[in-house]
Amino acid sequence: MTRGIVSIAGYVPYRRLQRAEVGKVFASGGGKGARSVASHDEDTTTMGVEAARRALRSAPGAAPGAVWFATATPAYLDKTNATTIHAALHQPADVAAFDFGGALRSGPGALRTALGAPGSGSTLVVVADLRDGLPTSGDESAGGDGAAAVLVGDDGPGTPVVAAYLGGASMTDEFLDRWRTVGDRRSKTWEERFGETRYVPLGTDAWQSGLKVAGVTADEIDRVVVTGMHGRAAKALGRQLGVRDGALGDDLSATVGQTGTAHAALMLASMLEQSGPGEVVAVVSLADGADVLVFRTTPAIAAWSPADPVADQVAAGADLPYGKFLTWRGMVTTEPARRPEPQRVSSSAAWRNESWKFGFVGSEDRTSGAVHLPPARVSMSGGVVDDMVPVDRSDAEATIATYTIDRLAYSPSPPIVFAILDFDGGGRFPVELTDVDPDTVEIGDRVRMTFRKLFTADGIHDYFWKATPVRHAAGDAATAG
Amino acid sequence: MASHGIKDRVAIVGMGCTRFAEHWDKSLDDLIIDAATETFASAGVTKEEVDAYWFGTAQSGMSGITLARPLQLEGKPVTRVENYCTTGSEALRAAAYAVASGAYDVAMAVGAEKVKDSGYQGLNAFPIPNDGTARTLTAAAMFSMVAPAYGKKYGVGEDELTEVLARISWKNHQNGARNPRAQFRKEVSTETICASPRVAGRLGVFDCAGVADGAAAAIVVRAEDALKYTDKPIYIKALSFAAGSGSGLIDPDYDYTWFPECATAAQDAYAQAGITDPRHELAMAEVHDCFTPTELVLMEDLGFAARGTAWKEVLAGTFDRTGPLPVNPDGGLKSFGHPVGASGLRMFFEAWLQLRGEATPERQIETDKKLALTHNLGGYPGEMVSFVSVVGTELG
Repeated sequence: MTRGIVSIAGYVPYRRLQRAEVGKVFASGGGKGARSVASHDEDTTTMGVEAARRALRSAPGAAPGAVWFATATPAYLDKTNATTIHAALHQPADVAAFDFGGALRSGPGALRTALGAPGSGSTLVVVADLRDGLPTSGDESAGGDGAAAVLVGDDGPGTPVVAAYLGGASMTDEFLDRWRTVGDRRSKTWEERFGETRYVPLGTDAWQSGLKVAGVTADEIDRVVVTGMHGRAAKALGRQLGVRDGALGDDLSATVGQTGTAHAALMLASMLEQSGPGEVVAVVSLADGADVLVFRTTPAIAAWSPADPVADQVAAGADLPYGKFLTWRGMVTTEPARRPEPQRVSSSAAWRNESWKFGFVGSEDRTSGAVHLPPARVSMSGGVVDDMVPVDRSDAEATIATYTIDRLAYSPSPPIVFAILDFDGGGRFPVELTDVDPDTVEIGDRVRMTFRKLFTADGIHDYFWKATPVRHAAGDAATAG
Repeated sequence: MASHGIKDRVAIVGMGCTRFAEHWDKSLDDLIIDAATETFASAGVTKEEVDAYWFGTAQSGMSGITLARPLQLEGKPVTRVENYCTTGSEALRAAAYAVASGAYDVAMAVGAEKVKDSGYQGLNAFPIPNDGTARTLTAAAMFSMVAPAYGKKYGVGEDELTEVLARISWKNHQNGARNPRAQFRKEVSTETICASPRVAGRLGVFDCAGVADGAAAAIVVRAEDALKYTDKPIYIKALSFAAGSGSGLIDPDYDYTWFPECATAAQDAYAQAGITDPRHELAMAEVHDCFTPTELVLMEDLGFAARGTAWKEVLAGTFDRTGPLPVNPDGGLKSFGHPVGASGLRMFFEAWLQLRGEATPERQIETDKKLALTHNLGGYPGEMVSFVSVVGTELG
């Protein structure tokens, strides 16, 4: 039975920090290139949702049997974060949702576990991370924010595998290279040279073992990326893989940064999006050992159409001032709007309205066709009672009917840009815009919905939807056509 | 089904109103006592002679005891009323209907709000537990969406519209400057208005109503008893109210250039009062100018100007205190601020003064017309409650 990847997608947030900005402020730190920055309204859960939505959009008809979520920076402890992703993806109750928490290695670990269980049904593996460190630190500059989602399953009619899993290997060793205790704001690392002496041999062993299991030789590899927070070790190992010239791919460290738990899957997404049929693609992850995964793309990849390729997302980014970055990461506290802070969300009210709050599912009056956002029992058109069908607008595009900019209202990052949206297929909803420059918004602009965190109160994250401009690969906001 | 109204069946025979201001030195109780005392004296009655009370406050207190305790009312029916920013008007509507029904001879409506104890600028809604999906915009932002929509629909350029809105603000400040009870008593130039810092959308600080504490009250009796209390009663011609379904927020047909709830309430009020040409029959109007674009479109919703023409009338001075139809001669919410529970009754107070010729001479409007309109709204474009009343000096 062929098992492998049915669909895959990455998510790179819109904002970029130019590393040189760090040096301009502190006269130290920073570096070349840029890193990705999650918006103030994003966390690993929301970024995971965005990656997962993209993966499922490119695999219509897929019905995962489980949603797994792995991150080293979870939004909640104790509470499962995968259930939020499950809800945002409109998954039924009999689809399991599990977190793989804590370690950077939980990302590649979850992916390898899902791939290594043929006949176990399909599993949506979602990985995400937010990486930073204290101002001027290497982690602050080298890190990146992002997510990826991999729909793993057995090859079947309607859900063909686009990359067959040929095999993999893992090598494990107990040594301290990077660590963070619960509650610590930053990671700490041992002397860099020590880690390199451990990672390179572990990676070499895993690589040889993985190739053997996969039944391929190094010179058959068409694309490979070595990932890991230990950049020096990853580079050194890359030189020793023995692959053909040009096979070792860009790890996006110059444009996105290392996205920790998410990076191996994000690289896999990026490579597969560029692959044609019959290519051998591998990824190596260095985290407390080494993990190798090897794939061969299938003829089905020719018909597979990625919803939002990583390369396009990387190209579409917009710069963020360093001060905003520090504020969003909680490194600097700026003066808040002089308005009361929002109260915590009611758990029972949120539960009753799950499909609306987490899924952006409204209702449509079967008689008049009027779309109600949020869903209603009594129609605004004709007054029919309890005769509505659910209508999902989370994937619909919309046009801005009118908008405003609120400089007074409470927001974690004022001002609030707010628009009245008219959805394709029907329905109007007033909602906040995000990842947008207030000065560029125009009536008639096209937007789509994105899953975000509105605020946090009493430790409860308020997840809901916002709208963001439809962007083309060139990075320009689209206008209504 | 019909809205019959109670034309000429009930009269206002006494009113009082505190100054609206940042009353750091006055409690809610102080404001209530000051407005009520003035009102009892105005009607020449004691608190015992009032049979029933309706107390409007949006969020300064709960239950009728918030009124009964400071006034020490013993065993009276006292009801607290809340209906967004129309709360004060609603207290009067309830009191008037109670008298019209014959249930009571004398009823009193008191409205009061202590806003300035919150420590925040602006009005802040009382939080109700919810699922976290409701929008959290300020009222300024919601109403700011009216201006560009109006300009686009009627072809009014951005600069011209700015001038129109500044003219409304300028006019209300002109009026407020002459009113001893107003919060803001300074004239403001249109240059200053246009240069004020942006708050939401294109609205600046001077496009927004102020925030103040205040209280106002009225005593109503059956019309046939009115002359026992005053030789200049003000008769109720119409009391109309419309609550929207909130569907404007989610209905793609709503275009943010008008307030259907206000148009509905106005139409009903004119039918009750027998008014066919409000622009020429009314001596004055007090309207809910929470933001300058609100007053602009209300001129059309209330039938003072044809759709798409109010902006020209504003520029022509039609609604100035000395114009053909003075609007907000007291200075409006712009100059008075908006103590929510009191504002509706403050509007009646201005009609009471002007129709009785008791405004101070420098601001008394000159007219031989006998009718005044008050309009009060609450909520936001698309999700609104609206109140319209007509009162007059003569029966018939």
